[in-house]
Amino acid sequence: MFNHLVEYKGEAAVASDSLSRVFSALADPTRRDIVTRLAVADATVNELADPYAVSVQAVSKHLKVLEDCGLVSRSRDAQRRPVHLEADVLDLMTAWIERYRRTAEDRYRRLDDLLRTMPDDGDAPSPGPPSPGPSQTGPSQTGAPR
Amino acid sequence: MTTTHTHQTQITADPLVPLVRIIREFDAPRDKVFRAHTDPELVAQWLGPRRHQMRVEHYDCHTGGSYRYVHVSEGNEFGFHGCFHEVRPDELIVQTFTFEGFPDGVALEKLVLEDLGDGRTRLTATSLVDSFEERDAFLASGMEGGVRESYERLDDLLAG
Repeated sequence: MFNHLVEYKGEAAVASDSLSRVFSALADPTRRDIVTRLAVADATVNELADPYAVSVQAVSKHLKVLEDCGLVSRSRDAQRRPVHLEADVLDLMTAWIERYRRTAEDRYRRLDDLLRTMPDDGDAPSPGPPSPGPSQTGPSQTGAPR
Repeated sequence: MTTTHTHQTQITADPLVPLVRIIREFDAPRDKVFRAHTDPELVAQWLGPRRHQMRVEHYDCHTGGSYRYVHVSEGNEFGFHGCFHEVRPDELIVQTFTFEGFPDGVALEKLVLEDLGDGRTRLTATSLVDSFEERDAFLASGMEGGVRESYERLDDLLAG
């Protein structure tokens, strides 16, 4: 179940098969719509199928995918078997993206700091000798592609 | 700009294609932001994770150029390389990106800089990979510890 796709220094990068399945499940617009509607309230398969030009059977198939990845559950007992959104799973996905966002944010704050110290002309305020890179200097008119 | 407020980084994982999009504004003109992405000495100052040392082997940021850099952490080295497919000064960088620990994987990255006036710039960076699994692994590689716990909680939830 806990499928390690990439191990990056053993501290960060573990992509879980589970989370991939949640993402794949949400790749379908009908399933995203179902999830959005279930976020408001539980609903039966018939209620969910109602607004779509598809059969109850087709909606059941979508629900099966959502159920397999843990995003929704169905009660066993009653005839109605309302579908319930597992909000925790959705929250975890959001939290997961948020963590990545923070890493990117951290990186861009370093860029903020760097930009503040850079002079306006083409020279970088680097402690070392000027870099021989081909494209970092020169006035910044809109250049033609090279 | 006189204020030094910090802009928020917006990140979205596209549900339809295996793509990650990052949007961020900077209180700096476009040419500066561009230069910070193309001058290897400047790149080394911000691109790598804080806890890793970054060593730029080469970084020829022009159309048809290539790059390779290495993150060093506690004696371990992690290499990254790619090609610059299209570089248009102050506007656009299109490049490939490969983590050498996963050499078959490649991301197509596009960086677009927009001039917002008043010396401000909006950066939009997209990364497209060839499968959702790879995208999610890529997303995961940017994360700090503690997330393992989240995964474990998720596993528990899904197993329950």
